[in-house]
Amino acid sequence: MNNKEHLQKLLPLIGPIALLLLWSLILEAKWVKPILLPPPGATLAYMADSFMSGAIFSDLFATIKRTFYAFAIATVLGVPLGIILGSNEKIYRSVEFLIDFFRSTPSSALIPLFMLIFGITDINKIAIAAFAAVLVILFNSAYGVMNAKKTRVNAAKTMGIPTRYIFKDVLLMESLPQTFVGLRMGVSMALVIVIVAEMFIGSENGLGHRIIDAQQVFNVKEMYSSILVTGALGYGLNLLFLISEKRIVHWGGKA
Amino acid sequence: MSTVLDLPAEIGTHVTIRGLDKSFNGAVLYDNFNLDIPKGKIVSIFGPNGCGKSTLINMVSGLMPIDSGEVLFDGKTLDKTTIGYVFQNYRDALFPWMSSWDNIAYPLKRSGMSKEKVKARVDELVTLFEIKFNLNLYPYELSGGQMQTVSIMRALAPNPEILFLDEPFSALDFEMTLFIRAKLQEANLSTGVTMMIVSHDLEDAVFLADRILLLTRRPTRIAEYLTFDMAKPRSPESVSEAEFIKTKALALEIFQREMRA
Repeated sequence: MNNKEHLQKLLPLIGPIALLLLWSLILEAKWVKPILLPPPGATLAYMADSFMSGAIFSDLFATIKRTFYAFAIATVLGVPLGIILGSNEKIYRSVEFLIDFFRSTPSSALIPLFMLIFGITDINKIAIAAFAAVLVILFNSAYGVMNAKKTRVNAAKTMGIPTRYIFKDVLLMESLPQTFVGLRMGVSMALVIVIVAEMFIGSENGLGHRIIDAQQVFNVKEMYSSILVTGALGYGLNLLFLISEKRIVHWGGKA
Repeated sequence: MSTVLDLPAEIGTHVTIRGLDKSFNGAVLYDNFNLDIPKGKIVSIFGPNGCGKSTLINMVSGLMPIDSGEVLFDGKTLDKTTIGYVFQNYRDALFPWMSSWDNIAYPLKRSGMSKEKVKARVDELVTLFEIKFNLNLYPYELSGGQMQTVSIMRALAPNPEILFLDEPFSALDFEMTLFIRAKLQEANLSTGVTMMIVSHDLEDAVFLADRILLLTRRPTRIAEYLTFDMAKPRSPESVSEAEFIKTKALALEIFQREMRA
């Protein structure tokens, strides 16, 4: 029984190990030219080395900084706006089409437009990423409020609670689980757009820049290791939000 | 349209409902409906499906607008009256982000009561309901019966004049139903809070009732407004006594008559 439980805990490792095996197999069987795909061991060693030597830090921090700014701007604008829109269905319905339209438009399509407005600057990258994230955050906060349990609002009404407190004590709290979903999706969206912007809007640093630079000079080890670092960053951010969500919205999914 | 001025209430009446109209999409549910709820008594509302039992208490408690008519509590309007409401779905009615204790204290805190007074009032309720589980737990950590107990305590916390209960037992097991039935009876006898209970279980309805309001099919009228003055407090065994059985049978007979009508 105990042994079984230990084995259960190892289950999540099977996927990554299988991927590494497949990666080695592809090289062994010569399905792909070695110049396009370095061996997994060498790639991981290269990645470790770029951390030891500190070579990757300037790019990593540049990306984190841009993602953070974009996300912060999106949150500060998106959550309050979403809650206001969500609590007034008439306003929401009148802007719903715009939100849905731009939410469905790949934000990368707007990069040239943002370049016209902001030029080839850091602000441009942050602005476009913030724009992409704000819609997701706004939309989720608005829905969180709109889908608030009617019974809880009614319960507060029968207690004679003034409207502004019903808003703060009930609607705001009711919207939190959905708001967190929006924040988690928003930070992922911001990272995606920052990486794309770093690749294609003249940039001197950032992981996106590092990946495309490595590709240009056929430094595949650096390219793959930078891709892995980018993936790890995205995964880490998602995990961070999942954990804080569980702490803060402890009732999520239970009530 | 009648008001309490041209249709006066008997002495001892708490709530007067006069000339109440309510339609849904053109279908008339209530038309010039008049009803008196006696003060400090428990009125059980019973009737066929869709006759608007819950709609009635929702209109009286202000959760649903009325088309026209007049509802007064001791001659006052609703906004000058402290009420309590217990919902059928306790899970959706409690605030899961607060502990059970904070749920009960919430209406008191928001009314500006001091911390000491809030604590004293919650302690009073804990004694009345003989709470043995941990109120520091969140509602979703409690059993269904415990959750409904907490929501009744929350509704009673501000010492309401009147407590509305919409099918409070329908999601509870038999043991919890007996417990909560007994506690509601106790709360009514010790504080004199008026109660309006909607129930689909005839035994629960009769057990607590001083008056049993039997409604007709739509458009809804009063079929009978029975008085049941069996001595209180009633015990679980009371349901086997002749007096109880007789009233329950009478209520059932009227209900079936209305079903056929």
